[in-house]
Amino acid sequence: MMVVPNITADAFRHFAPVASDWPGNEWWHWLVFTVIIIVFILVMVIIFIYLERRIIAWFAARIGPNRTGPFGVFQNIAAALKLLLKEGVNPTNADILIFWLAPIVVFAPVIAVFAVVPFQDGALLKDLNIGILFVIAISSISTIGVFMAGWSSGNKYSMLGAMRMIAAVVSYEIPVVLALAGVVMLAGSLSLNDIVVAQERVPFILLQPLGFLLLFVGGCAEINRSPFDLMEADSELVAGFHTEYSGIKWAMFFLGEFGEMVVMATLIATLFLGGWQGPGLPPWLWLLIKIFIVDFVMIWTRATLPRVRIDQLMALAWKFMFPLALVNLIVTAIQVLAWPDALPLYVIPINWVITVMLVLLGSKLFKLGWGRVEV
Amino acid sequence: MKFERYGIGIAKGLTVTMRNLLRRRITTQYPEQRLTVSRRTRGNELVWSKEKCTGCATCAKTCPQGVIHIVTSPGEENSYEVEEFEVDTGYCISCGLCVEACPYDALYMSYAFELARYRRGELVLSRNDMLIENKQASAYFRPEISETLPEQELLIDRKE
Repeated sequence: MMVVPNITADAFRHFAPVASDWPGNEWWHWLVFTVIIIVFILVMVIIFIYLERRIIAWFAARIGPNRTGPFGVFQNIAAALKLLLKEGVNPTNADILIFWLAPIVVFAPVIAVFAVVPFQDGALLKDLNIGILFVIAISSISTIGVFMAGWSSGNKYSMLGAMRMIAAVVSYEIPVVLALAGVVMLAGSLSLNDIVVAQERVPFILLQPLGFLLLFVGGCAEINRSPFDLMEADSELVAGFHTEYSGIKWAMFFLGEFGEMVVMATLIATLFLGGWQGPGLPPWLWLLIKIFIVDFVMIWTRATLPRVRIDQLMALAWKFMFPLALVNLIVTAIQVLAWPDALPLYVIPINWVITVMLVLLGSKLFKLGWGRVEV
Repeated sequence: MKFERYGIGIAKGLTVTMRNLLRRRITTQYPEQRLTVSRRTRGNELVWSKEKCTGCATCAKTCPQGVIHIVTSPGEENSYEVEEFEVDTGYCISCGLCVEACPYDALYMSYAFELARYRRGELVLSRNDMLIENKQASAYFRPEISETLPEQELLIDRKE
């Protein structure tokens, strides 16, 4: 006789991390969470695109899409339907197999990342003990998809955009990983669930303000959000790597792009804002609220800052964020060694002072143009 | 010490955009909401006062596009009878020279701006289309009717 799963908030508590051959304890755990994750990603992407357009419009004192459905909420569904019906054009010089494969390679890792994101205590597909490593490794695969797209399009602008993307991701991966290492040291675990549990007393944004800043900026650069969106700068590169794409393949890129944004917002919310921790409301709602707060700040910075140049992009990563991330790592290591059990609360103001001083010092020493070769 | 290099510039920019977020929306949702255009607007139609017109055809002579078609015949008491009066607004460039040239103030520009038509022929205005009784005349080159017209609505003045 088949056991019908009772999916309530409390039922997830049975899915406590247990080492077993099958992810979770039961086959339906795997099934339920796979469905939940895919639906979650697709719904969140649609909501994110809607919010992006609406909030950007508000920042520009406009109204934004408000015609299709109540408050324009069906605008993206209409856009998706339109994209499904559009003709898929293959360029003459395209490498067809790679050209068709690239959107999938971009989008698939975005879903895979959510396998380790906890929506509640223990409510996740698989509580990997190398959670963050998995996230970093899997989310970097998207870059290969981007490069496949740029290469196979047979178009110099696409290639240029893809090369900029590779350069940006490789550069910003380092400060991001170093910032994450600080969190890992504080929590004493790579598992995302354990990291959230470790933030029960105080969220890590207070203990690691510099790490949060680095992850936010580096994350925005990695998922090529404005002001670091020069890999798909429409005014100079005619949309970069997805210039030649149309119809559903282009929609996959768009989905992947905003899916990465969901991933980055979820990661920041989980690692620095305390994930599902919070008083009163149900835990998954807290996670959603925090994701949307991070999303709002991302849109806010997009509405504010102008696009950087490629040399500024590289210089920011290597001359500003990399040293700061190293210092942050060392400071965190010293603090963890000094207070092995749990950091006392007076570390919070100390760390904020250190952060402000480091940012001031880094800005003072930050210079563009060193090493430029005049020809 | 210049603070612009230390992240203060970014913070300033963020406050600017946040102020814009909290500001009133500037968009006019056109088909439902309309702003009143300027009193001196040169709408792409002509408004014609049959009583004032003497049939002198100065408008037709002035028109740089030659789109005013007027045929007159001698009437009683030493005046002209306007037999045909047509304007092909498809070629009209809204320069307003006909209105400025009219010696008897019988022609006006109009307020009309929604002039998309399905057929070219529908762009030709007949004399009945242009009668001042049916159309709203604008005060372009006719300051004497300016006071009777509604005041222009500006986005910065709009209350909401």
